[in-house]
Amino acid sequence: MASIELQQIAHQYPSTSGEMPSYALNPLQQCWQDGGAYALLGPSGCGKTTLLNIISGLLQPSEGRVLFDNTNVTALGPEQRNIAQVFQFPVVYDTLSVADNLAFPLRNRGLGKAEIAARVKTVLDMLGLSARANVKARNLNADDKQKISLGRGLVRTDVNAILFDEPLTVIDPHLKWQLRTELKKIHQQFGHTMIYVTHDQTEALTFADKVIVMLAGSIVQIGTPQELFEHPAHTFVGRFIGSPGMNILPCEVQGTQILVGGSPVATTALTCAGLPGLELGVRPEFVTFSETGGVAATVTGIEDTGRHRIVRALVNDTKICGILREGESLPAAPRVLLDPARIKLYQHSHLLAGQVP
Amino acid sequence: MKAMNNKAWFMVLPVLLLVALSAIIPLMTVVNYSVQDSFGNNEFFWVGTEWFQEVLNSERFHNALLRTLLFSGLILAIEMPLGIAIALAMPKRGIGVSVCLVLMALPLLIPWNVVGTIWQVFGRVDIGLLGHGLASAGIDYNYTQNTFDAWATLLIMDVWHWTSLVVLLCYSGLVAIPEVYYQAAQIDGASRWAVFRYIQLPKIKRVLLIAVLLRFMDSFMIYTEPFVVTGGGPGNATTFLSIDLVQMAVGQFDLGPAAAMSLIYFLIILLLCWVFYTVMTSQDNAANGGRQGGEG
Repeated sequence: MASIELQQIAHQYPSTSGEMPSYALNPLQQCWQDGGAYALLGPSGCGKTTLLNIISGLLQPSEGRVLFDNTNVTALGPEQRNIAQVFQFPVVYDTLSVADNLAFPLRNRGLGKAEIAARVKTVLDMLGLSARANVKARNLNADDKQKISLGRGLVRTDVNAILFDEPLTVIDPHLKWQLRTELKKIHQQFGHTMIYVTHDQTEALTFADKVIVMLAGSIVQIGTPQELFEHPAHTFVGRFIGSPGMNILPCEVQGTQILVGGSPVATTALTCAGLPGLELGVRPEFVTFSETGGVAATVTGIEDTGRHRIVRALVNDTKICGILREGESLPAAPRVLLDPARIKLYQHSHLLAGQVP
Repeated sequence: MKAMNNKAWFMVLPVLLLVALSAIIPLMTVVNYSVQDSFGNNEFFWVGTEWFQEVLNSERFHNALLRTLLFSGLILAIEMPLGIAIALAMPKRGIGVSVCLVLMALPLLIPWNVVGTIWQVFGRVDIGLLGHGLASAGIDYNYTQNTFDAWATLLIMDVWHWTSLVVLLCYSGLVAIPEVYYQAAQIDGASRWAVFRYIQLPKIKRVLLIAVLLRFMDSFMIYTEPFVVTGGGPGNATTFLSIDLVQMAVGQFDLGPAAAMSLIYFLIILLLCWVFYTVMTSQDNAANGGRQGGEG
């Protein structure tokens, strides 16, 4: 196991048309602590998988260095870096049995028969595959195949990190929870460094201690799930995390007053009066509806999710979501109130400095 | 009860006619000849299974059959590994792909008799590049006199002509393997051989089956090339079943035995193809059975 450090890593894929290609990954600096559980979260095509493949060594970065425990491994392939990786689609060796699949990475590394047998047995028990140890791997369903993919990483006791590339994409929804719980358990038990790529916020937030949110080849925020929820550093993070995501409303500041469409909604201690491109962000959980005060809104729809109702409305042609808890009712001519303590101010999508969580 | 509408049968008629003309009638004519004897004047006598017994007991048939089996066996033993090796060595992307594919496809576009003629001339000791070259190098090579030389020439000619087919089929199977399998193998520290043995070979098994069947059937029925190059000689050394059959039917005009032999020939090919197919797919069937059993 090792800590992983990325120094000024950037990557460009070679372009076929001959012109200078844009970065798939903009230069970034990042350190992953030994034994941490990290999630890389972002929309498709934001560079998550590129970053993961650079860490595992499947891809050589066009710039920068990768350090494992302060040793430069940039030029080494995955087998020398001693990395385990689980891919989006389960990869099994069809003609080998389940047990032989698990033994495969150990045999390739020339371990003794007795040791291989013992380790394979441990992992089979851990994954609940003992009963099918001698079944050909191709006869298993996608869930069990993905367990084998994971198991091939777990049999190697000395792996530096286990990387996951959207590993639950092809798994049945009800089994996703189960596998994720197992992953968590394995992490607590063995303390591998785990890096988990996903575009599913639930997966990221439940799996990881730290979530790295990526957008268009750059890291936009790193934080615990709670930090991302309460203190998004970028309007993208606010919108992307939470369901429904954060409300972002264009606003202006006069003195200490925050105005939305000319109506004051809150005050701020920041000195940002008159700055261009200001937006305020507020979670739907902190939007309430009242007959007086706040800003006028036109309700466009109400969704009942069971626990609460989501009210969709328009404030000065900007969409806004609010939450009605059980027992609350919507006034006939509703006005929107924003919880002043929960308002974040953004300029050109980035959080204005000085707002503490 | 509603009256049966038989008009639909007319729709099938064109296909039925086509199949009858192209397959059933010729085949039945052969069956008809195989059980009768004729002394000319269009007079035929019923002889039952006499021709079949004669053919099956004749040494001439046995020898031709053994020669053909040996030829097909050698062809498969050479072309399969060679085809796989070439397919593995071909580039997976870039300009090289098109170049290789065109080069590979070229021999397949040449008609059989032209291939025969090319090699017939190529191997001649007096004017052929190969034959003359070997003779100049002091090697005693003559495919019209020496059995070994005749066989070697026919085998090399077939390998040159048809290995491309195996290559193209294998290549199509290889490029269809998702990149992630190679990545996983790299992570698992697999050697080049392990990648071939546990990823590439299992994934191209199905196209290999097609390649084996096609190459077996074609080589077992080979006629034009040996006819052009060696004419079945020296002696009967390269008289395969097809050449023997034509000699019997057209050369000697023994319609009865020739018809019986055709049918036996046909049944052997059918039987061997079935054997190949069953052996090569047995694992898949067992797997499917297991899967159904597991879920049921």
